[in-house]
Amino acid sequence: MKIVVCIKQVPDTTEVKIDPETKTLVREGVESITNPFDEFAIEEGLLTKEKYGGEVHVITMGPPQAKEVLKNAYAVGSDYVYLISDRAFAGADTWATAYTLSAAIKKIGDFDLVICGKQAIDGDTAQVGPGIATQLNIPQLTYVDKVVEIDPDNKKIKVERLLEDGKEVVEASLPALITVVKDINEPRLPSLFGIKKAAKLDIPTWTADDLPVDKDKLGLKGSPTEVINVFSPEVRGGGEILEGEIPEVVSTLVEKLMDMKIIQ
Amino acid sequence: MGLSFDLTEEQDMMRRMVRQFAEKEILPVCVELDEKEEFSVHLTRRMAELGLFGSIVSEEYGGTDVGYLSYIISVEEIARVDGSQAATLAAGVSLGISPIFYYGNEEQKQEWLPKLCSGEILASFGLTEPNAGSDAGSSKTTAVLENGYWVINGSKIFITNSASEISGICVVQAVTGKRSDGKNELSCILVPNGTEGFEARPMHGKMCWRASNTGELYFTDCMVPEKNLLGRRGEGFHQMLATLDGGRLSIGAMGLGGAQGAFEAALNYSKEREQFGRPIGSFQVNAFKMADMATQIEMARLLLYKACWLRDNNREFSKEAAMAKLVCSEVFRMCANHAVQLHGGYGLMNEYRVEKFYRNQKLLEIGEGTSEVQRIVIARHIGVPGRAL
Ligand SMILES: Cc1cc2nc3c(=O)[nH]c(=O)nc-3n(C[C@H](O)[C@H](O)[C@H](O)COP(=O)(O)OP(=O)(O)OC[C@H]3O[C@@H](n4cnc5c(N)ncnc54)[C@H](O)[C@@H]3O)c2cc1C
Ligand SMILES: Cc1cc2nc3c(=O)[nH]c(=O)nc-3n(C[C@H](O)[C@H](O)[C@H](O)COP(=O)(O)OP(=O)(O)OC[C@H]3O[C@@H](n4cnc5c(N)ncnc54)[C@H](O)[C@@H]3O)c2cc1C
Repeated sequence: MKIVVCIKQVPDTTEVKIDPETKTLVREGVESITNPFDEFAIEEGLLTKEKYGGEVHVITMGPPQAKEVLKNAYAVGSDYVYLISDRAFAGADTWATAYTLSAAIKKIGDFDLVICGKQAIDGDTAQVGPGIATQLNIPQLTYVDKVVEIDPDNKKIKVERLLEDGKEVVEASLPALITVVKDINEPRLPSLFGIKKAAKLDIPTWTADDLPVDKDKLGLKGSPTEVINVFSPEVRGGGEILEGEIPEVVSTLVEKLMDMKIIQ
Repeated sequence: MGLSFDLTEEQDMMRRMVRQFAEKEILPVCVELDEKEEFSVHLTRRMAELGLFGSIVSEEYGGTDVGYLSYIISVEEIARVDGSQAATLAAGVSLGISPIFYYGNEEQKQEWLPKLCSGEILASFGLTEPNAGSDAGSSKTTAVLENGYWVINGSKIFITNSASEISGICVVQAVTGKRSDGKNELSCILVPNGTEGFEARPMHGKMCWRASNTGELYFTDCMVPEKNLLGRRGEGFHQMLATLDGGRLSIGAMGLGGAQGAFEAALNYSKEREQFGRPIGSFQVNAFKMADMATQIEMARLLLYKACWLRDNNREFSKEAAMAKLVCSEVFRMCANHAVQLHGGYGLMNEYRVEKFYRNQKLLEIGEGTSEVQRIVIARHIGVPGRAL
C-alpha cells in the first residue's frame, strides 16, 4: 500500500481572528500546529501501513515554516515527507489548493490511498479533500470514522461514514481518497528516537517547476473564487419556535413578520 | 558561537511531546495515584517508550543520547504536571542510570543499560542511611570481599525507585576497607533486586511524591560477584559526589517545572475567580504575586539551563548545579505558596492541583542535599575560609 496523507499547518486556536483592515487571518502570537483532523489522518496512514504493509508519504502545501508539521509527521513514523512551496502557490483558493496537491500526489505516483482530514480548523471549508479526489478522478469517501477493511489484492476499501443521523458503510475501489473525522483513532506521540531523526531531516521542497501543473492554474491567478469580504459574523440570538396547530402557527408567524416589517 | 537562548529544533519538539504526554496521560490519573500512594508501572513504561529514560545514554546501549539539557527539559515538563512521575524519571535517569553509564565497564553497561532505557526495569541509587544523611560519607553499610564475592551488610533508607515491582538494580555505596589516611574506603557495588539477603521494603506515608516509589533496604550477608564493583575500588565517594551534581540539576528541573505549573494554575484561577465584582487577579496585591512568580521562574530557568549547558559542554558545573538546585527549589516554594494563597480555601483541596504542588515542593529543599548542604557546597566553591560546616 502506498499511502499519501495531506496535512495543513494551522494556527493553534479554534477562535480564528480576522484582521478587519487586511481581511486576513491574524497569525501573530498564535502558535502553529498540525490541523487536528490531520493528526488523525497521519495516524490512520500509519495504522494502515502497519496492517497491510507499504509506505506513508506526507505532503503539505504552505510557506517554509510549514516544515514543522512535516517534521512531526516524520517523527511519528511517516516514511517520506515533502513540502509543496512556491510563491506561485500564494493566494490559492480551495480549487487551486486541491489542484496543486493532486499534482504532487501524481508526482509521488502509484498511490493506493489518499487520506485527508475532514476539514481544516482555520479555512473550515472541507473542500480540499473532495477537490483532490475530483482532480485525480478517484472515488472519495468523506467523514470516515472507521476503515472496516482494505483488500489490497482486489484493490477495494470498505469504510464506515459518520453522517448527521447515523452511519453508512460503503465500499469503493482503490485508489481512493478518504477524509477522516476526529476519534477514528488515537494519534500516537513521537518518541525521542523519532524526534531525533526528524530534527536532522532535510525536507525536500517541491516548487511549481517540480510539479506536473499548468502554471495558470496556480495560486491567486488560478483561483476561480474571488474574496469580496471576510468578516466575523455577528453572533445571532436564539430563534423562536412556534408550536401548535398549523393554521394557528402560520397566522402568528405572519403577524410577527408584519410587526417586524419584514413583510407587508 | 556567542550567547544564544534558542533551543534546538529537537529540544522544542521534545518539549512539545513531553508536555502533550504529561497533559494527556499523567494529568487525568495523577491525583488518584497520589491519593492511593500508588506507583504506576504503566506510566513509567510509557516514559521509557517515549525514550525519556535513555536521554543521556548513547545509542549503542539503547539510549537516545540527546544531552543533559534535553533530559532536564523532559523532567521539567513532567514536573509541571506531576512531581511523582517526575521523581520516577529523574531518579531513574540521574541517580540510577547515570552511575552505570558513566562508571560501569563494558559488560555492566551491556547488561543493564538496554533494560533500563526500555523501562523493563528501574535502577536506584542507595546512598542515604538512617545515620548517614547529609553526612553521606559516614555510611555504615559494609562490603567484604570473600572468595570472589562481596558480602554486604547494612541498610539504606529513602531510596527512590528501589522497591517497586520493576526495580531491578541498586547502586549501593558501602565501606570496602580503610584508606591509608585512616578514613573509610567507599565503593559502589551493583546489587540486583531479588539477590538473596537483599530486602527492599516500600516506605509509606510520605507527604510528597506519594506516587513515587521509596524504599528501605536491608542487606544481610547479601552476596554478589566481585565483578559487580562499579568502577574501581575506593572511587565510591567520588562517584557519588559526581552523581549528585547531575542529580541536583534534576531536582532543579522538578523545582522549575513545579513552579511553572503552580504559576499557570494560579494565573488561570485569578482570571476565573471573582470577588467584589471583579477577577481576583485584578487586585494589585495578587497581580504582583504573579509578576513575582513569573520573574523568579525566568531567573530560575536561566540558571538551571546555564548549568546544563556547562555540563553539556564538558565544563565545570558543580557550583552552578548547587545554585540551580537551591534557587529552583526555593522559587518553587514561593510559587506553590502564592498559588495556594490565590486559590483561597479551594487551594487546600486536592481537587485543585495547587495542593499537590504545595506538598511536593518541600522535598526539593531536602533530597539530594538539603538547602543547607547546597549552601555549604557553594560556599566552598567560592572560597570561604574553612569548610563552611
Ligand atoms: C477565495 C479564497 C482565497 C484564499 N486566499 C488565500 C490566500 O491568499 N492565502 C492563504 O494562505 N490562504 C488563502 N485561502 C485559504 C486556502 O485556500 C485554504 O486554506 C486552503 O485551500 C485549504 O482550505 P481549508 O482551509 O478550508 O481546508 P479544508 O478543505 O477544510 O481541509 C480539508 C483537508 O484538506 C487537506 N488540506 C487542506 N489544505 C492543505 C494544504 N495546504 N496542504 C496539504 N493538505 C491540505 C487536509 O487534509 C485538510 O484536513 C483562500 C481561500 C479561499 C476560499
Ligand atoms: C522522598 C525521598 C527520596 C529520596 N531518595 C533518595 C535516593 O534515591 N537515594 C538516596 O541515597 N537518598 C535519597 N533520599 C535521602 C535524602 O537525600 C536525604 O534525606 C537528605 O540528604 C538529608 O538527609 P537526612 O534526611 O538524613 O537529614 P539530616 O542530614 O539529618 O539533616 C537534618 C537537618 O540538619 C541540617 N544539617 C545537616 N548537616 C548540616 C550542616 N553541616 N550544616 C547545617 N545544617 C545541617 C540539614 O540541612 C537538615 O535541615 C531521599 C529522601 C526522600 C525524603
